[in-house]
Amino acid sequence: MARAVSTRRTAVFTIAAWIVALIIFFPILYTIVTSFKSETEAIKGFNLIPSGTVESYAAVQAQSNYFKFFLNSVVISVGSTLLALALAIPAAWSMAFSPTRRTKDILMWMLSTKMMPAVAVLVPIYLIFRDTGLLDTRFGLTVMLTLINLPIVVWMLYTYFREIPGEILEAARMDGAGLLQEIVHVLTPMAVPGIASTLLLNIILAWNESFWTIRLTTTNAAPLTAFIASFSSPQGLFWAKLSAASTLAIAPILIMGWFSQKQLVRGLTFGAVK
Amino acid sequence: MGKIILNKVNKSFGATQVIPGIDLAIEDGEFVVFVGPSGCGKSTLLRLIAGLEDTTSGTIEIDGKDVTSAAPAKRGLAMVFQSYALYPHMTVKNNIAFPLKMAKTDPAIIEKKVTEAARVLNLTNYLERRPGQLSGGQRQRVAIGRAIVREPSAFLFDEPLSNLDAALRGTMRLEISELHHQLKTTMIYVTHDQVEAMTMADKIVVLNAGNIEQVGSPMDLYNRPANLFVAGFIGSPRMNFVTGEAAKPWNAPTVGIRPEHIRLSRESGTWKGVVGVAEHLGSDTFLHVHVDGVGTMTVRADGDFAGTHGDAVFLTPDENRIHRFDDKGLAIR
Repeated sequence: MARAVSTRRTAVFTIAAWIVALIIFFPILYTIVTSFKSETEAIKGFNLIPSGTVESYAAVQAQSNYFKFFLNSVVISVGSTLLALALAIPAAWSMAFSPTRRTKDILMWMLSTKMMPAVAVLVPIYLIFRDTGLLDTRFGLTVMLTLINLPIVVWMLYTYFREIPGEILEAARMDGAGLLQEIVHVLTPMAVPGIASTLLLNIILAWNESFWTIRLTTTNAAPLTAFIASFSSPQGLFWAKLSAASTLAIAPILIMGWFSQKQLVRGLTFGAVK
Repeated sequence: MGKIILNKVNKSFGATQVIPGIDLAIEDGEFVVFVGPSGCGKSTLLRLIAGLEDTTSGTIEIDGKDVTSAAPAKRGLAMVFQSYALYPHMTVKNNIAFPLKMAKTDPAIIEKKVTEAARVLNLTNYLERRPGQLSGGQRQRVAIGRAIVREPSAFLFDEPLSNLDAALRGTMRLEISELHHQLKTTMIYVTHDQVEAMTMADKIVVLNAGNIEQVGSPMDLYNRPANLFVAGFIGSPRMNFVTGEAAKPWNAPTVGIRPEHIRLSRESGTWKGVVGVAEHLGSDTFLHVHVDGVGTMTVRADGDFAGTHGDAVFLTPDENRIHRFDDKGLAIR
C-alpha cells in the first residue's frame, strides 16, 4: 500500500517536473522552430511545424559576419571569467580560511552591488568608457563583465572553499607542507571541482549578458547579444531571421551547458546537497 | 626522545581567556590523556602544543628546545585528528607517504616505510584505495599510519575515536595502546570519555574551564580525587554525593561514595530506599535507589541481582572507601 502511494506520488512529481521544464524550455524551442520557417510563415501565427527552410540562416550569415560576433563573445566571456577567477580565488580563499569579524559584512556588501539596477550607473560608466577610450573594445567589455560577475564568483568560491575541512589543511601543515606545497598538493586538487563549476557558470552568465554588451559596443567588440539585437526591428518583419540569429547565438552555450551539466548542477547546489 | 614541558601556557581568544596559565611536564615515552568535559580547553591545549594555535603567553619546550613560536612541522610532532583529516584525492599509499614526500625523503625509503606502516596497521590490501572507499576504523588507521612514518618525538591524538561506533572504539583503543607499547613514543591523547582515559593512560590530566584540576595515574585519580570535580568525572557510573544532614556522621559538608562501594541488602543497612530504575547489564546491575533525606543513589550490584522497580532495599556505604570534601569542594585527607 505504502509503495503504491509512493509510486503514485513519484509519478505526479515527475509529470509536474516535465510540465515546468517544458514551460521554461518552450520559448527556446519556439525560437528554434521559427528559425526554420520563411518570413511569411513566421508572421502567420502560432505554428509548431516549420517548412524546414534554412533561408533565414543563409540571410543572417550574408547580412553580418556571425563568426566575428562569435569570436568577440568567446574572448569577452572567457577573458572576463579568467580575470574574475584570478581576483576571486585569493579573496574567497582568505575569507574562507582566515575569516575576520567583518567577513560576513564584506560578502553581503559585495552581493548588495548586484541588487542595484544596472541602468542606475549607465551614464557614469558610459562617460568613463568614452573618456578612457574603452567604448567598443574587447578589453573594456571584459573588464566590465568581470566587475559585474565578481560578487557571484567570490560567493560561489567562498561557499565551495568553506566546505573544505580546515583540519585537512592543518594536517598538511603538521605533515611539513609549506604554504606553496599546501596550495599545490592539498588545496587546489580539492578545490578544482568548485573552481571548474564556477568557471562554467560564469562563462554562461557573461555569454548571455546583454545590457552592457549592447550599450558599450557598436561594431568592433560587439558579441552575439549585439548580433541578435541587430536583427530586431520595430516593424517585426524579420521574425525568422531574428530567430535564426538567436539560435546561432545560444547554440554554443547550450552545447557547452549540455556537456557540463553534471559539473554545473554540482556547482549550483554545493553546500545544499552533499 | 619526547619530553614536553609547558610553562605558564596561556591562551586567550580576544577577551575570552580559554587557558589561564598551565604548568605541566610530560615525560619521554609517557601516555598522557587530557580529559575533561566539552569546552574545558583540552583540545586547545593540544593545538597549542602542536603549534596550530599561538600561545598568548608562556613557553612550550620539546626535548629542552623552546618551540613556542616554531611552525607545526618544525616541532617534530605528529597529530591524528578527530575527523581523520585524510587527503581525499590521494590513495592510502600517498596519504601515508605525504609527510615523507614533504621532507624530500628518498623514494626507496618512502616505499619501505609505507609498506612497513601498512603491515603494522593491517592496511596492505588497501594501499591503492582512496579514503572515501574505507570504513571509519580503516580511515583512522591510515591517519595513524601517516603519523607513524614520520617517526615523531610525540604523537598527538585529538579525540580520535569519537566518530567510531562503540565496538570499533573498543578495538581501536586496544590497538592504540599496543602501538604505544611497541613504539614507546610519547603520546598525548585528548578525550572527553573517562573510560578511554582510565584504560589507556599512564598519566591523566583532568581539565576544567582551562585549569588543571588534578594530574595523576588512573588509579590515583580514582582512589584519591583531589576535589569534587575529579571525583565526579572519574569513575563510571559517577560517584554519589551526599550533602547536608545525611553527611553529618562523617564530619564533612559533602561525602562521595562510589556505586561499587555500597553494600546492598534486603534485610538491613544504613539507609532504606526504594529501587527506581534497575539497569541489568549482565555482568553488573546498576540500581538507582531513592533514599529519603539522602537523594537518589546509584548502586552497583551483581549481575544476577533480581531487584526491580519498587523493591525496598537497604544500602550500607563501605566506611573505608568514603571520600570527604570541604566547603570549597576540596578533598579532606
